[in-house]
Parts: sequence; structure tokens; C-alpha cells
Amino acid sequence: MRKVAIVGVGMSKFGEEWTRGFRDMLIEAGRNALEDSKLSGSEIDSLYIGTMAPGSLVGQEHVGALVADSMGLTPVPATRIEAACASGGAALRQAYLAIASGVHDTVVVGGVEKMTDTPGNEVTSALGGAGDQEWELFMGATFPGLYALMATRHMAEYGTTEKQMAQVAVKNHANASKNKYAHFQNEINLDTVLNSRPIATPLKLFDCSPITDGAAVAVLMPLDKAKKVCEKPIEILASTQASDHLALHSRKSMSSLLATQVAAKKAFDEANLSPKDIDLAEVHDCFTIAEIMAIEDLGFFKKGEGGKATEQGKTSLNSEISVNTSGGLKGCGHPVGATGVKQAAEIVWQLRGQAGKRQVKDAKIGLAHNVGGSGATAVVHIMKKL
Amino acid sequence: MVEAAGIIGYGSCVPKYRIKTSEIARVWGEEGERITKGLGVLEKSVPDVDEDSATLSVEAARNAIAFAKIEPEAIGAVYVGSESHPYAVKPTATIVAEAVGATPELTAADLEFACKAGTAGMQMCMGMVCSNMIRFGLAIGADTSQGRPGDALEYTASAGAGAFLIGRDRKDFVAEIEATYSFTTDTPDFWRRQGADFPSHGGRFTGTPAYFRHIMGATQGLFEKTSTRASDYDYFVFHQPNGKFPISAAKKMGIGTEKVKPGLFTPVIGNTYSGASMIGLAGVLDIAKPGQRIVVTSFGSGAGSDAFSIEVKDGILEKRKKYKGKTLADYIADKEYIDYGVYVKHRRKLKSL
Repeated sequence: MRKVAIVGVGMSKFGEEWTRGFRDMLIEAGRNALEDSKLSGSEIDSLYIGTMAPGSLVGQEHVGALVADSMGLTPVPATRIEAACASGGAALRQAYLAIASGVHDTVVVGGVEKMTDTPGNEVTSALGGAGDQEWELFMGATFPGLYALMATRHMAEYGTTEKQMAQVAVKNHANASKNKYAHFQNEINLDTVLNSRPIATPLKLFDCSPITDGAAVAVLMPLDKAKKVCEKPIEILASTQASDHLALHSRKSMSSLLATQVAAKKAFDEANLSPKDIDLAEVHDCFTIAEIMAIEDLGFFKKGEGGKATEQGKTSLNSEISVNTSGGLKGCGHPVGATGVKQAAEIVWQLRGQAGKRQVKDAKIGLAHNVGGSGATAVVHIMKKL
Repeated sequence: MVEAAGIIGYGSCVPKYRIKTSEIARVWGEEGERITKGLGVLEKSVPDVDEDSATLSVEAARNAIAFAKIEPEAIGAVYVGSESHPYAVKPTATIVAEAVGATPELTAADLEFACKAGTAGMQMCMGMVCSNMIRFGLAIGADTSQGRPGDALEYTASAGAGAFLIGRDRKDFVAEIEATYSFTTDTPDFWRRQGADFPSHGGRFTGTPAYFRHIMGATQGLFEKTSTRASDYDYFVFHQPNGKFPISAAKKMGIGTEKVKPGLFTPVIGNTYSGASMIGLAGVLDIAKPGQRIVVTSFGSGAGSDAFSIEVKDGILEKRKKYKGKTLADYIADKEYIDYGVYVKHRRKLKSL
């Protein structure tokens, strides 16, 4: 297996991009990533694109070729990867494997979702496809409902409070306000979250990540080669993935994600590191309770102590571990397929020392954690500054 | 001799029934106070079982004719703008023309451009009077608007009509229309397909790229065309789908909200759709003094805005004094509350299984 590095990253502005389509956002992110890598399109020899539901959301399938076409990369092999909200992370892993195995040399990985062309109820229904359609969605469950069940269970088992969950949103908005690519540029306070409209009790509007348009792109190559052509290559120390029962009711626990725990353990083993070695983490906070579960399941805090740790500020910027410096899904936005690649871009900027006002001091090692659905897929990447 | 286009009379009509926003919220298990505050709408008008866009148009038109003190036979054009014409094929405008006594020597047609078809009718009348095709034209915006049960629109979709008589002789004017400017694009923020009972909308897409872009595009275009600015005007009437949007639009353009509130009636009668900006103008004309200037900017989904620069004339004082019909303030004050059950009957939402 060859070692792999990220040599360029780029994003489009995340948000309600009414005037921009699928292609426009990809082109912006792709151009930014290629410019960042200082490579030309002709040096790319494969492409993977993570996107969850373009068929339902904008009637577009065959997205691999579309991306190659719009980024001017034809005739490279171009493949779409789908793993619900973990599509971006899974696509990054495919790019990693393609290079590690020696099959491809310079690979582009993208993530994209165009969500605001579709009415909210249809988006909810399309996203519902990430769950078990037959056992969950047909019975009336939606994703806020499923995560509300997890939150309720976590509260019952560990005493986690709504205020602790609200603190996740407050922190992530504060980080997002320092990120020019973020959907939300405003800080919020606990009252805003706690007094917001109930969505699925105990989750309120500000506990939920938004519907967002956006794209993110990364360029990968073998580490040896990267060292020659790139000033600050970021090495991928580990790329792991795990799966779990699709339906929440089939899982052993409703207050933790087994797929996250398995993927994290493998990743730390692969990288020969432990959770305390991580300086910053981008974790999958599709709902505030998801971040609390993630920081426990990834091993940063003991099971049941994620809420308290958040409340004590241990996950804030430049504290014990900086979590979701980009603003996370809550603050930066969640264009579903783009999220996993955006997380990698944020880690790269942080490790290079290019994160501006939200820079984590002396950041050396970062972790990205991307979840599909209610936890049936988890992808973990650990990255290191050379 | 053609001098200019101006308003020679105007009238409005709002049904007497009201339902409170909190009553609708109660039925759907929502928090009434939050929704009332969020929309800035306390209550909305509801038409009676036998009221529709035609009856509301007729009453508003009769008020306009009484205000103008003209013979209805002198009206050369009747245009009714609505998105709730009682018939898909068969004009509302002929019903109105016949009822007010304007037939048969006139042209008439129904218009549709979501909530701005009425102001499009005003522009058509301006063109016709200025080109000497007709002496007086009657433009009406009227709706008994639809909102799907439980949808956000149900809290605001109400009923009402505004009617304006447009003439060309300055001696007849209650207000002169100095200029008009329109801003139109193909923006599908809100629509109702053929045969559908209720409209669909693009949620948050109806805001920034639709309402605000067009309202501001038209208003600022009007400023440019007339070399004026906000401080040259005493009142601003914007299309008012809720109580918040017109205030936000004003703030974005640096217009003081005290210039917007006198023409903002959505908080107490709801969104009368095609009637909304015209009713707003009627309300302002009821209180404005000669010499004061008004900007009216309508908005129709789909999408477009018509902006008008209007100056109130001395003629308004005598006509106002002699007018014995109902004013907008009378319609707003004359109200009877109904609950959701009666509302369902009035709006024919009840279906037997």
C-alpha cells in the first residue's frame, strides 16, 4: 500500500445558492482545489464524486460523468459514490484506496448536493431514503424523528440536557461566523436555540443542520510524489469505514453509533494513535445530539460525558480538542454529499495553518468523521501535517 | 387634450368575517403567539359563502365610481386582476362592467399575474387614457385567495378588492400618476397548476430571490427613472404578503418604517393578494394631503413588480368630503369573528367522505 496525501482542496460558498446549479458549484469548488494543488487538469487520472440524492432532488443521475465533463476532466474514469450523508467521506476513501493500491496516481474527489431547488417536504422525503424505507420511513419516521429518539435515549441514560445540546449549536455558529464559506455567518446564544420552534421533541429548529447547497473538492496523490510537487502536503494516516443496521430499532444501542466506534478504533490502530493525539476534529453534527454522541464514540470523551464536556467548553476552538472548527454541519451547512469532502478541506486548511480567525494553534493531527443516515455508515479519516 | 394619467376615484372592499391567526394555529397544533408574531398578522378577512372575487370587485368598483362622481357609461375599459376568478373561462370583468352599468360600449378583460394583476390593469388603463383610446378606465385587483389547510399560506390568505378609476384630465384627478416602472423576470416562487385547488410555493425561495428582488428592483428603478429618492416621498405602499416583508424591504432601502405603516393593512385583514397593494394605496389616499407623494410597488409571484410614483392633488379634498360610501377604515372596523369550523364552511374546504 502506498502512502497518500491531499495536495489541494477547494469549496464553493455554502448556503441557499438560488442562482447556482449543480455544475456551477462543482466548477467553483473544483477550480479552487486545482488552483490550490497547482496541478493542471491533464494530470488528473481518476475522479470520484460523493452525492446522495441528485436523482430525487434535481432529477440528475450519472453524476460521475457530469462532474468530469463540467470540470473539463474527460476522459478520466469518473465514478459516483453514494453512502447517504457519508457519500463525501466514502468518496474520499475510494480515492485514497485507488492511490494506495497503485491503480491511480492523481485523483480528484468531489462532493456536491443541490438541495434548495426542491420544496422542503420533498427534501425531507429524499433524505428519508438514508433510513430504512420499509421499516422506518413508510411508518412515518423522518430524520429529525430518529435523532430525537436517540437524544431522548441519551438524556435518559446519561442525564444529557437540552441546554448541553444547545451549546453544540452555539459553539458551531461561533466557529461558522469565522468561516467565509459557511452557510450561517452569525453567532447565536443559548436562548435562541432553547426558544426555537420544536421540530421533533427534544430537538428544536436550532438543533438541526440546515438544507444547504454546496460543493467541495480535494486532490490526492501518492505521498512520495506529493512531497516533490507540493509545499504542504497533508498525509492521510488512516481511512476507515464501518456499517451497521440500517434501521435504528435493530441496533444494540440507541445512544451511540457502533459504526463510528468500529471505524474510529480501526483508524486509530491504522494510524498508531489514540484519541488524545487529535488536535481538531470535524464530526458529523447533523443534529446537536449527533455531535455529543460522536465525541464520545470517537473516544475523545467517556460515554455519557459528551454533553457535559461541551457545556464546559472542552470542544470549543483552542480548548481541549477543537471540534467542528468549520462550523460543522450546523453552522457551515450540510449539502449532504459535499459534507465529507468539506470536512477534509477544513482539516487540510487547519493543518497548513491557513484557517485564519478560526485557526487551531499548533494543529498537527486532525480527524474527520462522516456519518450516513442515522448511523448505518461511518467513515473516519485521520490526517497529519508533515 | 391629453394631459397625464391620474386617479379620479378609488374604492375598496373587505369582507366582514375575520379569523384570528391563533385560531388557525390552534387547529393545527401550532403555537399561536409565535406564528402571529412571526408573520406580523393578527387576523385575516374571510369571505362569506356567497362572496367571490366578482362580488368584491363590484362593491369596490361601485365605491370608486361614487368617489369619482362619474357616470359609469363613461368608463371605456374594465380590467379585473385576480388569481381567484370564479370562472376559468368567462370573464369576471363583464360581470363587474354589467353590475356597475358600464356596458356595452367598453373593452374588458380578466388579468392574471399572481398578486400584481390589478396594478398591471392600472398600467393598461394609463396607456389607454394617455393615447386617447378611452376617457376613463377601471382597474381592479380582487381575490378570495386560497391556502392549503395546514400550509403556511393558510394563516394569511384572505379576501378583498381595490378598484381605481384612471382618467386623463387633471381637473378630475385626486392624485396624479407621475410615472410607473416595472421589473419582471421568470422566477417560479409560487404557482397553481391548471385544475389544482391550492397553490404551491418554494418556501424560503419566495423571499430574497422573489419578493425582495422584485420589490426593490422596481422601487429603485422608479427612483432612477424619476430622479427621485426615498426622502422625496411621504408614503410607501408595498405588496404585503405578511406584516414583516414590507417593513424589511423598506429597511433594506433605507426607508423609514413610519412611511410604510400607514399603508400596511395585512396585520388586520391578511394578504388580499391582487387586492393587497391597491387596498394599501386606498388606505393611504384616505389620509394623505394634497401635495404629498406616494410610491406604490406591487409584487406578483412568477415574478414581477409594478412601481408607481403618485402625487396627491387638491381635487381629493372635495371628493373625499362628498363621498358617502364605505371607506377602508369602515370595512376594517366592521368585523365579525368566526372559528375554524365556520371558516372551513365559508372557504368550501369541507369534503364529505
